Amino acid sequence: MDTPRRLISALAVTAVLATSGCAVNELNRGDSDGPLAGTLDGAGSSAQSAAQEVWIAEIQNANGRLTVNYEPSGSGAGREAFIAGGLDFAGSDSALTAAEAEGGLGACVPGTGAINLPLYISPLAIIVNIEGVDALNLDAATTALIFRGEIRQWDDPRIQELNPTVTMPSATITAVHRSDASGTTKNFTDYLAQAAPDEWGVDAADSFPYGGESAQGNSGVVNAVTNGRNTIGYADASRAGDLTIAALKVGDEFVAYTPQAAAAVVEASPLEEGRADDDLAITIDRTIALPGTYPLVLVSYVIACREYLDPRDAELVRGYLSWVVSDEAQQVSAEFAGSAPLSPGLAARVLAAIEGIR
Amino acid sequence: MTAPAPDQAPGAALPGEIEAVERRGDRVFSRVAVGAGTAILVALAAVAVFLVAQSLPAIWAPAGSFRGTDGTFWDYVAPLAFGTVWAAAIALVIAVPLAVGIALFISHYAPRRLAQPLGYIIDLLAAVPSVVYGLWGITVLAPATVPLYEWLAENAGWFPLFAGPASGTGRTVLTVAIVLAVMVLPIITALCREVFVQTPTLHQEAAYALGATWWEMVRMTVFPYARSGIISASMLGLGRALGETMAVAMVLSPSAIISFAVLQSENPSTIAANIALNFPESAGLQVNALIATGLVLFVITLIVNSLARWIVSRHERSLESR
Amino acid sequence: MTQTAPRPATTARASGAPIDATNAYVSGRLPRWAAPGLTAASLGGAITVMALLAAAGAIAEFSLVLAIAIGTISAIVLVTAISLMAEGRRAATNRFMIALVISAFVLALLPLVSVLSTVVLNGSARFDLEFFTWSMRSVIGEGGGALHAIVGTLQITAWATLISVPIGLFAAIYLVEYGRGPLARAITFFVDVMTGIPSIVAGLFAYALFVLIFGEGVRMGFAGSVALSVLMIPVVVRSSEEMLKLVPDELREASYALGVPKWLTIAKVVLPTAAAGIITGITLAIARVIGETAPLLIVAGFTSSMNYNVFSERMQSLPVFVYTQYANPGTDVDFYLERAWTGALTLIIIVMALNLIARLITRLFQPRVGR
Repeated sequence: MDTPRRLISALAVTAVLATSGCAVNELNRGDSDGPLAGTLDGAGSSAQSAAQEVWIAEIQNANGRLTVNYEPSGSGAGREAFIAGGLDFAGSDSALTAAEAEGGLGACVPGTGAINLPLYISPLAIIVNIEGVDALNLDAATTALIFRGEIRQWDDPRIQELNPTVTMPSATITAVHRSDASGTTKNFTDYLAQAAPDEWGVDAADSFPYGGESAQGNSGVVNAVTNGRNTIGYADASRAGDLTIAALKVGDEFVAYTPQAAAAVVEASPLEEGRADDDLAITIDRTIALPGTYPLVLVSYVIACREYLDPRDAELVRGYLSWVVSDEAQQVSAEFAGSAPLSPGLAARVLAAIEGIR
Repeated sequence: MTAPAPDQAPGAALPGEIEAVERRGDRVFSRVAVGAGTAILVALAAVAVFLVAQSLPAIWAPAGSFRGTDGTFWDYVAPLAFGTVWAAAIALVIAVPLAVGIALFISHYAPRRLAQPLGYIIDLLAAVPSVVYGLWGITVLAPATVPLYEWLAENAGWFPLFAGPASGTGRTVLTVAIVLAVMVLPIITALCREVFVQTPTLHQEAAYALGATWWEMVRMTVFPYARSGIISASMLGLGRALGETMAVAMVLSPSAIISFAVLQSENPSTIAANIALNFPESAGLQVNALIATGLVLFVITLIVNSLARWIVSRHERSLESR
Repeated sequence: MTQTAPRPATTARASGAPIDATNAYVSGRLPRWAAPGLTAASLGGAITVMALLAAAGAIAEFSLVLAIAIGTISAIVLVTAISLMAEGRRAATNRFMIALVISAFVLALLPLVSVLSTVVLNGSARFDLEFFTWSMRSVIGEGGGALHAIVGTLQITAWATLISVPIGLFAAIYLVEYGRGPLARAITFFVDVMTGIPSIVAGLFAYALFVLIFGEGVRMGFAGSVALSVLMIPVVVRSSEEMLKLVPDELREASYALGVPKWLTIAKVVLPTAAAGIITGITLAIARVIGETAPLLIVAGFTSSMNYNVFSERMQSLPVFVYTQYANPGTDVDFYLERAWTGALTLIIIVMALNLIARLITRLFQPRVGR
């Protein structure tokens, strides 16, 4: 072969060799000897994505022969895939309903059904970017009117009344909502529908019902609020960055967002009626007037079978989920994903349900 | 004497004609070629069957079953279809003249040695993935257009296209159209460039010999020769613009309306972006509804392409000897 | 590459004696420095005037972009107007169109420079060895790399190309060399329709196809390749068809006259002549699909670990990596964003490298054509 062709062949061989090398961080996978071994596949809610990454990383470090895959493909897609039998567990921002499970669940023993386990609590925040304003108080009614487009200026008397010590600028409000369907929108509209039904006017929905500026994903909303002027939006509290988070009126006082306050609301909310004891779907009561509770919260579930067709899957699911509900795992996800750790009471009930998985 | 014609039926030679020799290589080659063409049709038919099968439940669903509207499926898809065609049309209006100009610059104006590197530079635009265009659109382009939109809304707001109030974040149909134009520009430019370069030198020099200026030479020799190539390139670009998902989903601020105003916060969404935004959270009938909108896009592409072909066939003068 | 010689420097007077066209006073043409000089003067003038106005407080702020835009437009108007007066209508139109063509090129450079500089500036933070030798398995927050995504993208795109190029090229050959009847017309028409399939629909279609064969919950890199080839084939067919059409018939007829069978003519005469354009088209098609997120997210899935087998299990790819790092960050958003931008930069570099390789191959294997 002549020189150019030889050169090209050499380059090609080099490229192939270079890309078939092992990843440095996977070279010593078999070193740690935990009891769990195999592959576990889950998918669903992208809100849980960062937390699942952290949980998976820790459990894989302890069990070298275990691989857990979690795809953030979306709650709806996750539920559909779980029903069809392609997943071992699903992550979802809304619990699996009886109607959805009616047609049979592909990975479960027929007739045993699936359980919803609340494992991820994420506070949502109302983020604002107003010139010259560092702190803002809002209540459900005013928020509903702002996002509906009825209150258009920041110096509207209804907002000024909640913030007597702050001078609001005379500027137009740009309210940013989510352009994609999401559990975040569902929980936000649920808060407005429960706490300010007359002002909001419609039911909770995962697709924002009114018009205005919108952006894709939590990142999009945060971007839009940050880059705009006199903007307001709602997003996962952990993504708020440097933006001002509004304090919400609960009872007579204004509560700022803290993970503990968010978890307190979930603890105080009743379970959904008509479900079995180990199916822990929660109806969040956002009108609780207890002090120290923050009503704007998202609960995300892990959906698993009660009885798996393959007992090895059951062992892996039990092992993984018992880790996830443990105090250590909840603290780790609080640190790296910004969630609120489960309160001890709720965690105990979830653990009992997990231990019943066969 | 007849030229070799392997697709003639065997034994069909007319009296007095010499039958062509058909070699085995010819038969194999032509069958492979026909097979490839048929494979494409089969694949497309499979896609169409898939789309129709998945869409039917949504098309027959009663009113009120869809997100964001109380009407039937057609009320749901009408603003989306409008938005798709509108955004793609604006994008092409921006991109095609630019692309033709750039291709002309590279092939007929720039010094010959610079032609390859310049072409390569424009091809860099094609190397950028659509996610990156989305990120660039949100972080760089949209904020930069806000002053321009505000000026336009103030001074040209009487024109329905530029009616205010201008969006405070710049994430409008016009911004999306600019991003789409930048995305389809390299495709159209590359194809046009290749076609312009093939203009017969004899024709060009004949034009100069008759005293034509550079522009007159281009108009008389290059454009007529390249007309079908430009249309082909534009069709490719249009296809890309109609089907672009991620960049539109990330940059646009969508609403379910039909509106010609390009500067406002509420913009008609496109079908592809709508599917991307809602698919992760959709289950059951909503998934069927999204796939049904994909079918509608399919049909729109069919109609637009037929229109373009019809226009081309009416005006095309063939200069080739085929 | 055609490039005609510049126009002759002398014209003839009615009496037959040549006029020296370089002498601006007698030739009826503007001197050579006129157009560039006027452009420079306009731009400089616009920038200066705007700076003065900003300093005097008459306008809010000095915008360089606006100044250059005004300068360019006034330059074009000035040059055309002066040329109209000095040289006549035809020459003025000529100068105007040349100005437009040059502006088009410069205008196209603006977004290019903007996008590339954004990516390079943001992506250089994590452009280190760890990024190219680590996967994201068991990585929390900081660190980690994209080797799993790079390997995934290369494999999935390679298989997509292997599927699309033979089918697309042979379909184009059929359309140009053989097809005359309804089949050819149908293929041409439907290939155009295929260009409009949104990428997410191609992904859903590939998923449905593989579910039919393998059952629910299937994820494999090869399914991603099938989805991508649905998007690639129309580009390959269209561009190859145009390139094959441009090969002069004289070459084919000369080959037939020498007794070469049709298939050898196509293989040895037509294809090599059109090779450069066809390879450009293929590279365009690869660039089109290598950055597609939506179909791969659905059908090849998401994973943090390495996977070398394109026929089994989830496989990560660079665009999915970039998108998920941007959309689902943890509390330390910066680490995720840095990885996303570096992933984007890597993707652009891969496409540029493919481009270069394609051009090298073309230059090496192209037959010498007398142009």
